[in-house]
Amino acid sequence: MVGNTRAQKLLKTIGFYGLVTFFMLPTVFVFYWMVTLSLKPQIEAAAYPPIFFNFSITFKGYLEVFAKHPFLLYTWNSLVVAAGTTLLGLIVGLPAAYSIAQWRQHKFALTILVARIIPGISYLIPWYILFRNLKMVDTYPALILTHLVVGLPITIWVMIGFFEDVPSELREAALIDGCTDYGAFWRVAVPLVKPGIVATAILAFIFSWNNFLFSVILAGRNTRTLPIAVFNMIGYEEINWAPLAAAATLITLPVIILTLIIQRHIVTGLTFGAVKG
Amino acid sequence: MAEHASLTPFAPDVRAGGFGLRLSRFIHRNARYIFPAPAFLVVGLIIVYPVIYTGWMSLQEWFASSLTLPKFIGMDNYQKILTADPRFREAFFRTLYFTLIAVTVETALGVTMAVVFNREFWGKGLVRTLSILPMMATPTAISLVFVMMYHPTLGVLNYLVTRLGLPLFTWTYSSKTALYAIALVDVWEWTPLIMLIAMAGLASLPKEPYESAKIDGASAFQCFYLITLPLLRPTLVVAILFRAIDALKTFDIIFVMTQGGPSNASETINILLFNQAFSYFNMGYASSMAVALFAIIMGICLILMKVRRVGW
Repeated sequence: MVGNTRAQKLLKTIGFYGLVTFFMLPTVFVFYWMVTLSLKPQIEAAAYPPIFFNFSITFKGYLEVFAKHPFLLYTWNSLVVAAGTTLLGLIVGLPAAYSIAQWRQHKFALTILVARIIPGISYLIPWYILFRNLKMVDTYPALILTHLVVGLPITIWVMIGFFEDVPSELREAALIDGCTDYGAFWRVAVPLVKPGIVATAILAFIFSWNNFLFSVILAGRNTRTLPIAVFNMIGYEEINWAPLAAAATLITLPVIILTLIIQRHIVTGLTFGAVKG
Repeated sequence: MAEHASLTPFAPDVRAGGFGLRLSRFIHRNARYIFPAPAFLVVGLIIVYPVIYTGWMSLQEWFASSLTLPKFIGMDNYQKILTADPRFREAFFRTLYFTLIAVTVETALGVTMAVVFNREFWGKGLVRTLSILPMMATPTAISLVFVMMYHPTLGVLNYLVTRLGLPLFTWTYSSKTALYAIALVDVWEWTPLIMLIAMAGLASLPKEPYESAKIDGASAFQCFYLITLPLLRPTLVVAILFRAIDALKTFDIIFVMTQGGPSNASETINILLFNQAFSYFNMGYASSMAVALFAIIMGICLILMKVRRVGW
């Protein structure tokens, strides 16, 4: 009898983990396939039936990406634009988020939330016309300013949540001690929300790094970012899959590392603080 | 005192009289307006100005490729959208259909997974970590991987499908299946979001209703349907709202994988309007479509927000 229930328990556990594997397999498989394709020699990458495990490992795909395309330039462009967007977003967004949390300026916060609903292309048409007239298409400032359309709202909304968690007694104490509002912000609130700032910065960075829509129009030969470069490679490489997969892996890798650092805050960020992860 | 003085880098300097004093006093009294001022300006410049410009442009006829100036034509663009453009109408229904399929599957699957995972087990942290990756991974790169996996003759998915005894699929390569194949990528990317939100919701549910239901002899299914689902509803509506907004605006994965094809089979409003704006440079007409798309998204938001208050 005892043995029977123990066997049942074991069976139940096995069944449960079978279910977990079943649900998680698609997620894992796509990444597994991306990375393994990038490491295969061309013959094995396009082999049919596909080779799942016993393939020979080579870095030819990666070498090809850098040899045939100015991939370092694209990486640099993506870095500059994403870092610029993040930095500008923080400089402008932090005081705003503090102010919204401190003085309950919810109307301003709601206005910014509407930006989340408006389709990106309604920004892109005016931006394109404006930057074309100013001869600013294919420049970093044009890309950074447009990426800020995504980066600034997310910075403000995620930071409101962090600033609201700072007890208001601390600000009052600082004011009584002779601090100004500016001092209370810079010397009391900001140090307390440092982990939040890191999480927000990484979120804004990733969203800019991933951005395709704005960059496909506003980036040119000099400022082309990685997503656009990869998109252009699809037509160029056809079924030369190893370099394509290598490019996809190279773009995704930094995002995955950054995501793992702030994984607790991702859901909060994606829902603009509506859901605490 | 000296220590405190160092804490006040912007303290009003009493020695400076006149304008300087008045200015610094102004700055200190109005901190609540000065803190958000830069953001206010930037939002005005990069968000409000383009939106107003798009609205104004939607009343014009203008090809950015030509040298002629915009011509004011009033509501003609909107009239064309509503009555004389079958391609827009098709794109409109396609967008709704795509959103409906993707979000429905994501919700059903996400909630199921959340219910299964709603217990302590070894590896729960890993499940959570893995689930975040599809949402954050660069959509362009993911689309590229799916392009390779969807390949009709060499793709790994067709191999797996035939191993399961199913016929070969055409995925994004036929107008019959393209939209579904793209929806599948969306499902792969975003089911984890619904799952994680539902998991957070489940973790915060009270225990008492379940205990009394157990005493009353309710089955597991009844517990789920009569207790879990209603209690979870506010959380779920938020999740669905966010997903619906983004699904209606889906651009990257469609543009990378099919660019709206084959033969317009995956052309949603966003793709149609992108092509109008940046292939034909028909800026006026594209702007009116952008306004229409915004109205559609806004309308669906309002409907969903109402659902949050009333029953299913």
